Amino acid sequence: MDAVEQQLAELAKTGYEAGFVSNIESETVPPGLDESVIRYISARKSEPEFMLEWRLGAYQKWLQMEEPDWAHLKYTKIDYQAISYFSAPKSAADAPKSLDEVDPELLRVYEKLGIPLEEQKMLAGVAVDAVFDSVSVATTFRKQLAEAGVIFCSISEAMREHPELIKKYLGTVVPQTDNYFAALNAAVFTDGTFVYIPENTRCPMELSTYFRINERNTGQFERTLIIADKGSYVSYLEGCTAPQRDENQLHAAVVELIALEDAYIKYSTVQNWYPGDENGKGGIYNFVTKRGVCAGDRSRISWTQVETGSSITWKYPSCVLKGDDSIGEFYSVAVTRGAQQADTGTKMFHIGKNTTSTIVSKGISADRGQNAYRGLVRMNKGAENARNHTQCDSLLIGDKCGAHTFPYIEVANPTAKVEHEATTSKIGEDQLFYCRQRGLSEEDAVSMIVNGFCKEVFNELPMEFAVEARKLLAISLEGAVG
Amino acid sequence: MLSIKDLHASINGKEILKGLSLEMGAGEVHAIMGPNGSGKSTLSKVLAGREEYEVTSGTVTYKGENLLDMSPEERAHQGIFMAFQYPVELPGVNNTYFMQASLNAIRKARGEPELNSLNFMKLVRTKLKALEMNEALLKRSVNTGFSGGEMKRNEILQMILLEPSLAILDETDSGLDIDALKMVSMGVNSLRSPERSMLVITHYQRLLDYIQPDYVHVLSGGRIIRSGDKSLALELEEKGYGWLQEEAAA
Repeated sequence: MDAVEQQLAELAKTGYEAGFVSNIESETVPPGLDESVIRYISARKSEPEFMLEWRLGAYQKWLQMEEPDWAHLKYTKIDYQAISYFSAPKSAADAPKSLDEVDPELLRVYEKLGIPLEEQKMLAGVAVDAVFDSVSVATTFRKQLAEAGVIFCSISEAMREHPELIKKYLGTVVPQTDNYFAALNAAVFTDGTFVYIPENTRCPMELSTYFRINERNTGQFERTLIIADKGSYVSYLEGCTAPQRDENQLHAAVVELIALEDAYIKYSTVQNWYPGDENGKGGIYNFVTKRGVCAGDRSRISWTQVETGSSITWKYPSCVLKGDDSIGEFYSVAVTRGAQQADTGTKMFHIGKNTTSTIVSKGISADRGQNAYRGLVRMNKGAENARNHTQCDSLLIGDKCGAHTFPYIEVANPTAKVEHEATTSKIGEDQLFYCRQRGLSEEDAVSMIVNGFCKEVFNELPMEFAVEARKLLAISLEGAVG
Repeated sequence: MLSIKDLHASINGKEILKGLSLEMGAGEVHAIMGPNGSGKSTLSKVLAGREEYEVTSGTVTYKGENLLDMSPEERAHQGIFMAFQYPVELPGVNNTYFMQASLNAIRKARGEPELNSLNFMKLVRTKLKALEMNEALLKRSVNTGFSGGEMKRNEILQMILLEPSLAILDETDSGLDIDALKMVSMGVNSLRSPERSMLVITHYQRLLDYIQPDYVHVLSGGRIIRSGDKSLALELEEKGYGWLQEEAAA
């Protein structure tokens, strides 16, 4: 009996008399979380032994932790025992049969974004058996990447194929007990992405989860690990602009980035999960831990995010600037409208000498949307001549929304320089009238003003993504004024 | 072209225009002068469709249609252009992009083909040259950090690009030095044509040295109290507004 079977056998003994639904298509563990579920997940994924121990360790810690409540967010408490922690791809029987069964509002947005019909079906979760062009595209890309020596695969595959890299790096940036949601993720994550760029290699293309369409069912606890070896470069794109439906309300992803000497990782996100109805009902709770370490000298990590979806966003992509002369950057646009709430920002830990960080945060609130920027800049004792520049701007549309700024600055080195600028403005009647007098519709005017406001962040996005992000912003704020 | 009859308009419940009437034919240039608070700017904003102003009675007919029924953008599509007294900053919005979007929105509404960036740039360059304007202005954000003179030049550039049928200049001359004033006038004069009418609102007679109006109207207390030809402007320069106001009150 090999290890997996043994685990499965043990698992069978420890309960679940009802058993698992055996139909491979709709295999789901019953709601609830205990050790047996974690053993089951690990076994199902044929993970090495050290992974199971790592998961169980995280689970034990998680049990002793408390859900954080310091964020400027209000939501109904999550019942962790009501969640099912393992779910194989949805059965075809449950999925909508055709686009006719999909929320027309969603389809209208797809239409506006110009998404091809087959992709619309995929995004809306329609059961399709047609082969996507994207799958063959993905295969071509994989070949090119392999030639460059780049590893780009699911994290489950990496655990089996590259256990040495996983063992060396997983959890080194976001320890499994880092915070409540990260601990939960470590215990139960089901899949995610793994990237390794070898020394002195420039990744020949932008990497995107979007190309991994055939493996897209990564579930609500996604885990990403990106390692850029010495002198390498990679640009990684996460998410897509199309609104994605998901049955899972709670999303607790973890992303870890590691940049060695002279390496540069550029990580761009467009997050557009379902925000729920106008009262936020049914919307996604997005509790994400993202952190990168500039481990080597002269390394650089750049986070760019465009957050327009989810009913709750709790997210602070951070940089640990360990290497001397390393650079951390955070460029963010967060939009909240309807009943959406976002508490987002970054943390920049300056440890090495001459480290530099730049923070540009643009919050846009409309309707009853609440937007908080929360940022920490810490200059450690050894951070000689470290510098930070923070710019934090809020734009309000209407008079029922809110913008909040919570900057934390800790400086332990007298040579460090920290600058913080913050502004709050409203889209003025004057601005709208000026645009309309020039023939633009109110909608186009809002879109133009908001895009102007976000320009510095969009400039950081890869070209194609930036074009999509602009469109997305316009759609997100449709009808926000007037 | 434009026919205003007994127009009453108020803002925040305060009546500013109190029975203003004005007839403008095609190809005519009318100057509106008047002391501060006489309703000059209110008139321009009501014509452009600013929603804060409430029209309580009277009619405005433009090219045979009821202007007051149209949204600000519809008015723009129909050829109404207002050069703002205080142009508005749009941070991060590229000036060229803004002008192209504006021109194309208007062309589209009229069923004309939109201009691509290349053709638009060609067009802008020819207009810039005519105004002796610096191309650097195109690369900046709309009006952001512009000096007063630059803002007004930018307004005139947009006017020349959009080739309106009715141009309203709301105190475009205020705060301009003599060179800028000449440039603005040159722009306005270059647009003069038998199909195009212009309403030049100004506080000072000075602008009318460069833009020769066909008619001059004096606005006071929300009504036109005197109309004449350009000699009226000279008379005002000499005597001020007082004597007219006294006459009107009598």
